[in-house]
Amino acid sequence: MNQDLLTRYAQIAGEDAVEQLLQLASPLKGAHIVHVNSTRYGGGVAEILHSLIPLKQALGLDVTWEVITGEEEFFLVTKSMHNALQGFSTEIQSRALKTYEETNAQEAERLRPLLEEADFVFIHDPQPAPLIRFIPNRKGKWIWRCHIDLSRPQRSVWRYLRNLVTRYEASIFSMPDFTQPMPHLQYIIPPSIDPLTEKNKELSEKEVKKILSRYQLDPHKPIVLQVSRFDRFKDPLGVIRAARLARKFAPLQLVLAGGGAADDPEGEVVLREVEETAKGDPDIHILYLPPDAHHTINALQRGAHVVLQKSIKEGFGLTVTEAMWKGKPVIGGDVGGIKIQVVNHHTGFLVHTPEGAALAIRYLLFYKDKREEMGRKAHQFVKDNFLITRHLRDYLSLLLALKLGAHERIELETWTG
Amino acid sequence: MIQESMAGGTGVEVKASPDCPSNNHVNNGEKCCFYIKDCALVSISTGKKAYSLAELLDQLRTIHPGSIYHHFWSRQLRPSFDHPEFHNDFAAWAYYDIHDKTLAERLNIIDPQDFNTLEDLRQELIDHIEERMDESEFLPWAKAKAPFYFVRSQIVVLDTGKRIHRPQELARAVASMSLGSIFYHFIDARRRTEMGVDDFRAWLIPMEKYDHVVESLANMDPYFTTLSELKEELVNLFSSHFNGGVKP
Repeated sequence: MNQDLLTRYAQIAGEDAVEQLLQLASPLKGAHIVHVNSTRYGGGVAEILHSLIPLKQALGLDVTWEVITGEEEFFLVTKSMHNALQGFSTEIQSRALKTYEETNAQEAERLRPLLEEADFVFIHDPQPAPLIRFIPNRKGKWIWRCHIDLSRPQRSVWRYLRNLVTRYEASIFSMPDFTQPMPHLQYIIPPSIDPLTEKNKELSEKEVKKILSRYQLDPHKPIVLQVSRFDRFKDPLGVIRAARLARKFAPLQLVLAGGGAADDPEGEVVLREVEETAKGDPDIHILYLPPDAHHTINALQRGAHVVLQKSIKEGFGLTVTEAMWKGKPVIGGDVGGIKIQVVNHHTGFLVHTPEGAALAIRYLLFYKDKREEMGRKAHQFVKDNFLITRHLRDYLSLLLALKLGAHERIELETWTG
Repeated sequence: MIQESMAGGTGVEVKASPDCPSNNHVNNGEKCCFYIKDCALVSISTGKKAYSLAELLDQLRTIHPGSIYHHFWSRQLRPSFDHPEFHNDFAAWAYYDIHDKTLAERLNIIDPQDFNTLEDLRQELIDHIEERMDESEFLPWAKAKAPFYFVRSQIVVLDTGKRIHRPQELARAVASMSLGSIFYHFIDARRRTEMGVDDFRAWLIPMEKYDHVVESLANMDPYFTTLSELKEELVNLFSSHFNGGVKP
C-alpha cells in the first residue's frame, strides 16, 4: 500500500523527487510527528493534511493528526481573529479571548500525553496556537504553521497572538510578504496541491463533457471560468464585467463556480448581487456548489478554455495552482500568492482591472496556439514547484534543520536509502 | 576561494563520508569515485525588508551574509521561468520594483564568483548602489512597487548512494540526476571546492588528461539558463566528449 502510493507519486512528480523524500525521511524515522488543526473537513488546511499525512506515513514516518474541538463561541472568536489578522477591522472582547484560551486549555488536557511526548508538533493557524502554553513539559520541538496572510494584521490582535507564537521553536509562512518580525526562525514554504486527489486527478474527455452538459454549458462556446467563494475580494462582479467586454469580440460563456456562502452572511449578499448582475444573461452561469464538489470542479477546470482568479486580495490562491496543473493559462489579479504562480506572459497574465482581464481573455481566445503553449508551461511550472511532494520535501528539510541544529548547511553523513 | 568565507562563516557543518572526504574525490592521494549528492533548500525570512533604495542600502550593510548568498545563488533552485533575465534578486528588484534600468544593469553584471568572501560581495553591492544614489536626487527615496524581502536559506545535502567510477559514465549519470544534484554539483560547488570550480571539473582536473572537457565546462555560463537546460547541456557535453556524441 505504502509502496503503491509512492509509486503513484513517482509517476507524476518523478522518481528522483520520491527518492529524495525517502532520503530526507530516513533520519527522522522513529520520531513522532503530530499535526494539530481545528477541522477535519473543509478548507485548504484540512485538504493539505489529508494528503500530507498518508504520504508521510508511506515514507515510514510516525505521524498523528489531531483536531481540536470547541463550542460555537470558540469558532466565532477564532473567525474574528482570522479576519483581524488578515487586516479587517474587528473588535474582540476579552470575554471572547477567555473562551479561546479555556477551549485550548481543555483540549490540552485531552491531548496532553500525546503532545508532551511528541518529537515534533505542527500547530496549524491561530485556533490551536495557545496549546503550547498549557503543555509546559513538552519534550519536542513545536512549529507554528500560519496559512494566512499576516502582512497587515490588526495590531492589537496580532500583539496578543504574537505573545503566544513566539514560544514556538519556528514558524512557517507561505510567502515572505506574510511574515512579521519574530525572535525565532520563520520558514517560507508555499502550499501545494495533490495531483492524486478527486479535485486534481486525470479525467477522461467523456467524463468532462458529461459534467459540462449537466450544467447546460454550450459545447460549442469557449468557457471562461472562475472558481471561488462568492466574496468581494474575489471580485466576481469585475469578472462579469470583463467577460461582457471580451465577448464583444469573441463569443464565450462565463462560469462562476463556488460555494460556502450559506454560513457566511456577507457571502449570501455577494451571491445575490452576482445573480442580480447576471440575471437574464444566457451566457453567464452561476454554479453554487457544495464544499465537496471536487469532481465537478475538476471537470469544470479541465473543460475551461481560460481560467480567471481576478482577486483584489488573496492569500495564496490554490485554485490558480489547480487550473495551471490542468494545463490552463490563468488570468489573475496582481496580488498575494497569485504573483508567484502566474508568470506574466508565460503561465498567464497578471491584471489590475476588469478591462485588463477582458483584453487577456480576448488574447487567449484568439491565439489558440499561444493559449496551449502557456497551458503547457503552467502545468510544468506547477509540477516543478507546487506539488505536495515539494511541500513535504520542505517540511522534512525543516525538521532535519531543527533536529540537527540551525546550520546553513546540513550534510547528511552517509547514504541511508 | 575560501570555502567557509563564501558560506558566510556561520555555522557551516560539513560531514564527510568516511571513505571519501566531502566532495574532494580524493582518498589518501588516490583518485576515487564521484559521489552523487542531492540537495534540498528551505528558505527562511530574515524579517527585514526595504521599501526604497535608501532602505535597501541600510539593510544591506548589516544583513546576515547568508541572505546575500541566497539572493545571488539560491534563486536557481527556486520557482523561475525560462531564461532568467536577471542573475540576482537585487537587480530584478531594481528593474521591476524601483524601475531603475541603469542600476538593474549594473547589479546584473556582478559575478559572485569574482569575490573571495561574501563580505567582498556585499561591499560591491553597496558601492554600486551608493554610486547610483549619488547620480540621482530622487531615486533613493522612490517608493518601490513592492518591498524587497531579505531571505536566507538552509541547504540539506544528501548522499544519493550513487557513484560515478569513470568519466565515460558521466553522461548517463547526469541524465538521471535530479535538479537538486545539478545545483549542488554545478552551482553550489563553486563556493565549496578549493579551486572555486564545479564538482565535475574538481574531479576531472587531477586526472590530467581531460583538459578539453574541463575547458568546455569552464565555458558554460551557469547564469543564463535554468537548471533543466544546464542539465541538458551537461549531458550533451559529456556525451560528445566521452561517448562519441551518443546520448544516453
